[in-house]
Amino acid sequence: MSLRRSLASILLLLALLFAGTAMAVKPDEMLADPVLEARARALSEGLRCMVCQNQSIDESDADLARDLRILVRQRLVAGDTDQQVMDYVVSRYGEFVLLKPRLDLRNALLWGTPVLLLLVGGIFIVLSARSRRNLATKSLSAEEQASLDAILRRD
Amino acid sequence: MVETGHFALVLAFALSLVQMTVPLFGARLGNQRLMAVGGPVTVAGFVLTALSFAALASAYASSDFSVASVWENSHSLQPLIYKLTGTWGNHEGSMLLWVLILTFFGALVAAFGSNLPATLRANVLAVQGAIGAAFFLFILLTSNPFVRLNPAPIEGRDLNPVLQDLGLAVHPPLLYLGYVGFSICFSFSVAALIEGRIDASWARWVRPWTLLAWMFLTGGIAMGSYWAYYELGWGGFWFWDPVENASFMPWLAGTALLHSAIVMEKRSALKIWTLLLAILTFSLSLLGTFLVRSGVLTSVHAFASDPTRGVFILGILTLFIGGSLALFALRASRLTAGGLFHPISREGALVLNNLFLTTATATVLVGTLYPLALEALTGDKISVGAPFFDLTFGPLMLPLLVLVPFGPLLAWKRGDVFAVAQRLMAAFAIALTAMLVTGLFIDGASVFAALGIGLAVWLVAGALTDLAVKSGVGSVAPAIMFRRFAGLPRSVFGTALAHLGLGLTLLGIVATLSFGTEKILSMRAGDTVELSGHRLRFVGLYPAQGPNYSEDRGRFELIGASGSPVGEISSAKRFFPVRQTMTTESGIKTLGFSQLYISLGDAGKDGSVVVRLWWKPLVTLIWGGGLVMMAGAAMSLMDRRLRVGAPSRRRKQALASAGLP
Repeated sequence: MSLRRSLASILLLLALLFAGTAMAVKPDEMLADPVLEARARALSEGLRCMVCQNQSIDESDADLARDLRILVRQRLVAGDTDQQVMDYVVSRYGEFVLLKPRLDLRNALLWGTPVLLLLVGGIFIVLSARSRRNLATKSLSAEEQASLDAILRRD
Repeated sequence: MVETGHFALVLAFALSLVQMTVPLFGARLGNQRLMAVGGPVTVAGFVLTALSFAALASAYASSDFSVASVWENSHSLQPLIYKLTGTWGNHEGSMLLWVLILTFFGALVAAFGSNLPATLRANVLAVQGAIGAAFFLFILLTSNPFVRLNPAPIEGRDLNPVLQDLGLAVHPPLLYLGYVGFSICFSFSVAALIEGRIDASWARWVRPWTLLAWMFLTGGIAMGSYWAYYELGWGGFWFWDPVENASFMPWLAGTALLHSAIVMEKRSALKIWTLLLAILTFSLSLLGTFLVRSGVLTSVHAFASDPTRGVFILGILTLFIGGSLALFALRASRLTAGGLFHPISREGALVLNNLFLTTATATVLVGTLYPLALEALTGDKISVGAPFFDLTFGPLMLPLLVLVPFGPLLAWKRGDVFAVAQRLMAAFAIALTAMLVTGLFIDGASVFAALGIGLAVWLVAGALTDLAVKSGVGSVAPAIMFRRFAGLPRSVFGTALAHLGLGLTLLGIVATLSFGTEKILSMRAGDTVELSGHRLRFVGLYPAQGPNYSEDRGRFELIGASGSPVGEISSAKRFFPVRQTMTTESGIKTLGFSQLYISLGDAGKDGSVVVRLWWKPLVTLIWGGGLVMMAGAAMSLMDRRLRVGAPSRRRKQALASAGLP
């Protein structure tokens, strides 16, 4: 019960996620080669800690995250490219581990929304501006113009 | 006292039922007496809710563990301040705070709304009453904070240690003031739809409320971000967490509303859009409440296993969002479209602002809800995290931020973009210089860093240009210039300050992300480490005892150029026995606008400690910029024309001085 209630609140949620020691990457995990280590860190930022809420394995101190960090480093040392490492991790843990979902049909709506909305909104604005301009220029019909001219001439 | 609070809450619910019906019928029937019921009932509802809240707070202050919520979230050894803030550090109490603020805002409208048309006022209060009634019922049925325990426990279970911080005193109240502040804009919109017309007093009221709510929400988000930054101990300031997104969406939509309301007030254009935006903004506030309160974020399954609260809020959500949008669909065509404008004009610029901000809001919304929807529909689980938002939200902000300095300089109705560009030449030159200097002279600067710094400087310089141009720099004599500057409307300063604050926040974000450095290492007492030119010596680990925790405090000395210590930083690991929880107290030293950040890790057997160090250049500007934005909103609120009732007072004075009755 108390766990559920904790989860229910903004703050308690944060608290639960981050409670405990906030120490992610430990010195003993780090690779001696700074280039490989930098690649490992960059890859880790895109992989989700499976037992946490929306935390990357680079930030998490969960045991599972540590295992995954070590796995990523092992693959890198074995000579994998970044893509190969990611594919390997996904093949073992599923797409759920990717913090950036793949661009495929299933996620089309997710990736497409910003573009689509910008386009639709932009077209709508242009169209309504154009129709409004027509409205503005058409505001005086030929008859009205004629009567206006007549009034002006009278003076 | 506790029963008094409970009773007051039930009475407040009953009054909200009166508030949502009687004035509405009064307005419908044109009955002055029925409409007049709204005011006193609203004020009485607020007084009762305040009484109820005070009762709960006093139960927390006196550690009355016979109250279930106090027992679950408090401890007799906690310092008084955390006992008090614990009142809203839990689900039940925070919902009570929510309705307290709701009724407070309602009471403000009732008390100061005498210059509103009577039917509009009655309808606004009725809509406020309806929102109140729904949430009172929610609290009483599913989240009652006054439930008693028998027998009463001797000791409480302690407030979650992460929440035992001053941040809890400030962050939730500010956030709720923002969320709930938008309810007023919502109620005005729905009232306008019920009446089928929008008049001048509508815009005069909605704009200051939007400003006020936006100001609080800005503060709430900035404060929450800083709190997470120092409390969680890994130096991040924004995580694109669904809970953060829940507060960020109303902010984005509210920012759009703020801008479209200007067009509506000044030029009475964009009426229908502004009204829709006001509805959407509060809907997103409600959605945020649902996302956070229902547990749906943890997992769709957690939501399904205990759905009472979730389903209740979902019902409220459907009723208010669905109802208001349906009303909008039915009635919006009755509202007349407003003034005309050329695409290149201040109005046009604000329309573009709205396009980008609305798209950004939708992007955050889809990113937050997509995994939930996908899991509910197909069972597939995906994650949408920071890399997604960086790739979508970032590019959307880029054109918007480039255009910001143009907006305030464009004229209403028909603007001259080339003249504006000419005036912005100096700002552009400064931004370009900043970009080149960053790119060419700072080691390790990426293209992103150079562009980002350039853009931030462009925003700051653009905001200053706005003030300079409007006070006539370069075209009039200095004396006149100063007089003009002093005579500028407060809202002009408000705009400039808010845009300047945005630039500062961006500067902080880009500098921290691009030039921040990090070190993770094992240290023993006496070891020194260097990070971005700062030398730190680890003095040692010292145990200490707090009121309800024990801690190991790691002390560090900052070594100056001469080799002697010039400052001390300490970070601690705290253990709270009641909850069996460890927390990390980060050590932070502010140097100028930058910070050194230390977080202590596990102690090894050999006496060494894992230490994580960060150098965070200009990081304080992230939240400092938020404060400047708030100052901008406050400045704008002080503008004469926004002080409610000012126009009519002025008119009366004018009439009086002209010798008319």
